[in-house]
Amino acid sequence: MTQANPLTPRARSSRLFWPRAARVARRVVLYATLLALSGLFLVPLFWMGTTSLKEQGQVFAVPPQWIPNPWLWENYPEATRRAPLWTWLSNTAFITVLSTIGNVLTASMVGFGFARIRFPGRDALFILLLSTMMLPSVVTLIPRFIMFREIGWNDTFYPLIVPNFFGGGAFNIFLVRQYYLTIPRDLDEAAKIDGCSNWGVWWRILAPVALPVLVAIGIFAFVAHWQDFMDPLIFLQTEKMKTLSLGLRAFVNPYDNSWHIAMAAGMWLVGPMVAIFFIGQRYFIKGIAMSGITGR
Amino acid sequence: MSRKSLTASPGLATAGRSGISRLTVRDAIDGYLFIMPWILGFILFTAFPMGFSFLLTLMDWDLLGSQSWAGLSNYLQATSDPLVGVSLYNTGYFTVFSVPLRLAIALAGALLLNASVRGLSFFRTAFYLPTIVPAVASVILWMWIFNPSMGLLNMGMSALGLPKQDWLWDVGLSKPSLILMTLWTTGNVMIIFLAGLQAIPNHLYEAAKIDGAGGWSQFRHVTLPMLSPSILFNLVMGIIYSFQVFTSAFLMTKGGPLNSTLFTVLYLYQAAFERFQMGYGSAIAWLLFVIILVFTILQWKLADVWVYYEGGEK
Repeated sequence: MTQANPLTPRARSSRLFWPRAARVARRVVLYATLLALSGLFLVPLFWMGTTSLKEQGQVFAVPPQWIPNPWLWENYPEATRRAPLWTWLSNTAFITVLSTIGNVLTASMVGFGFARIRFPGRDALFILLLSTMMLPSVVTLIPRFIMFREIGWNDTFYPLIVPNFFGGGAFNIFLVRQYYLTIPRDLDEAAKIDGCSNWGVWWRILAPVALPVLVAIGIFAFVAHWQDFMDPLIFLQTEKMKTLSLGLRAFVNPYDNSWHIAMAAGMWLVGPMVAIFFIGQRYFIKGIAMSGITGR
Repeated sequence: MSRKSLTASPGLATAGRSGISRLTVRDAIDGYLFIMPWILGFILFTAFPMGFSFLLTLMDWDLLGSQSWAGLSNYLQATSDPLVGVSLYNTGYFTVFSVPLRLAIALAGALLLNASVRGLSFFRTAFYLPTIVPAVASVILWMWIFNPSMGLLNMGMSALGLPKQDWLWDVGLSKPSLILMTLWTTGNVMIIFLAGLQAIPNHLYEAAKIDGAGGWSQFRHVTLPMLSPSILFNLVMGIIYSFQVFTSAFLMTKGGPLNSTLFTVLYLYQAAFERFQMGYGSAIAWLLFVIILVFTILQWKLADVWVYYEGGEK
C-alpha cells in the first residue's frame, strides 16, 4: 500500500523544503529591506528630536550620542527666549486655521456646482480648472506682491488668508467633485421632492456625506498653510507679524553652534504636523491615494 | 397613461417643457453661484495677475517711482544674462536627477509595501513621516546633517572609512546634496504608487503566471503598464514642482558656492525682491513658465505612446 505511493514522506518533504526555504528567505530579505529603509527615513527625524533635548557638549560628541543624557527640556524655553516663538506660533495658527476653513468651505461648494448642477459651459470651465493645477505658482508671485501692496495689504495677514476663500484650490475642488460623483443621486432627488433647494442639498445632504474627503482636504490645506514659506516671505516683514516658517529662518545659521536650540525651535514647526498626521492618518493617506486618480 | 398619449397632448407638453426650462434656468443660476468663488478667484488671483505679469515684462519698474516702458529689453537681457543660463542649467540638473530618483525610490517603497507585509501601517508611517516635516524645519535639520566638521553624514562617512566631504559648501557636491535631501520626502509619490498598485486586479497576475511569466516579466508586462497613469501623474507634477525649487537653496546655500545652486526661482526672487527689478523678474518668471509648459505638453503627447489606459479611455 505504501509502495503504491511513489513518494515516501521523507522525499515529499524534501521536495517541498526548497521552495519553502526560498519563500522564507525572500520574506526575510523583504523585512530586512523594509526595516533598513524605515531606519534611513526615520534616523534624521529621530536625530532632530533627540538633539533638541541634548546638552550642547553632547551635540558634538564623537561617536554620535543617540540618546540625550541628561534630557534637557530646558532647551525649549531657551528657544523662546531667543525668538518670539509664541507670537509666531499664534500667527501661524491663526493664518492656518482661517485659510483651511476657507479652502474646505469653498472647495466643497464649488465642487458641488461642478458635480451636481447642469449649466452652460460647465465642462469647459472644469477643464480650465484642471489646467490651472498645472500652472506653476511662481508666475503670479510678483504681480500678487504688487497687487496686495497697492491695496495696502503688505505686512498684514490678508494676502495669506483672503485668497483661500475663493475656491480653495483646483486640486481640492477636483477631489471633492470626484467624491460627490460617487454619491447616489437618489439622496438629492429625495431631498428636492421634500422641497430642499440646491443649497439645502449641498449643506444638509452632500457635505455631511462627503465628510471623509472634506477632512482629507482640510488636512492637506492645514499642512500646506502651516509650512508655507514663499508667501509669508514676500508678504510679511515685521518681526511680530512673522509665521513660524518665516521666523525660524533666523535659526538657519551654519556659524552658530547652538544646534540643540535650533532643533528645539524647529520642533515647534514639526510637532503639530506630526500630531495632525497621527490624528488624521486614515483620511490623510486615503486623500493622497485619491489624488493619484487625477492622472487618468 | 402611456408616454405617447402624454406627448400627444399639446397643452400638457408645453406646460411640462416650460416648467422644466424654468427649473433649468434656476438650476443654471445656482450652478454659477456655486462655482462663483472659484470664478472670482481665477480672475482675481490667476488671470489678472498673469496678464499684469506679462505687462510687467515689458516695463522697467523698481516699485518706488521710476516706471517706464522697456519694450522687449527684459527678454533680451534675460536671454543674454549668463546667470539666467547658469540658473537654468542648475534647475535642469536638479530636475533630471531628482525627479527620476524620487520616482524610483517611491516606486521601490510602494512595491515593498504592497508585498502583503505585516505591520504595513508601521512601515508606511516610517516612509511617510519625513514628508510632513515642514521645509524650514527640514532645512535646519539638514544643515546640521551636512555640517562638514561634525555633521551626521560625515560621521557616517568616517565610520565607513570614506573621506569627509564639504557637501553644501563644495561646488561639485552642492546640487547632489540638495537632491539627496529631496529624496527624504517622497511620501506623497509613494502613497499614490501604492494606491495604483493596490488597484491592479489580481487576475492579471494569475493569467500572467499561467502563461509562465516570472517575477520580472510580471512586473514588466502587468505592473508597469497598469501603473503607467500614476507614473505619468507623478512625473508631470514632479517636474513642475522641481522646476520651482527654491526654499532649500535660498536658506542653505543662498545660491552658492560659485552659483552652483543658483536655481531659476531663486534668481527670479533676487531680481524682484532684492534688486527690485519687477520687470526683469517677471520676464524670468515667464521664461520659466514657458519651459515648464513645453515640458508638460510634451509629456502629455509622449504619454500616448507609453501610458496604458484601461478601457482605452483617455
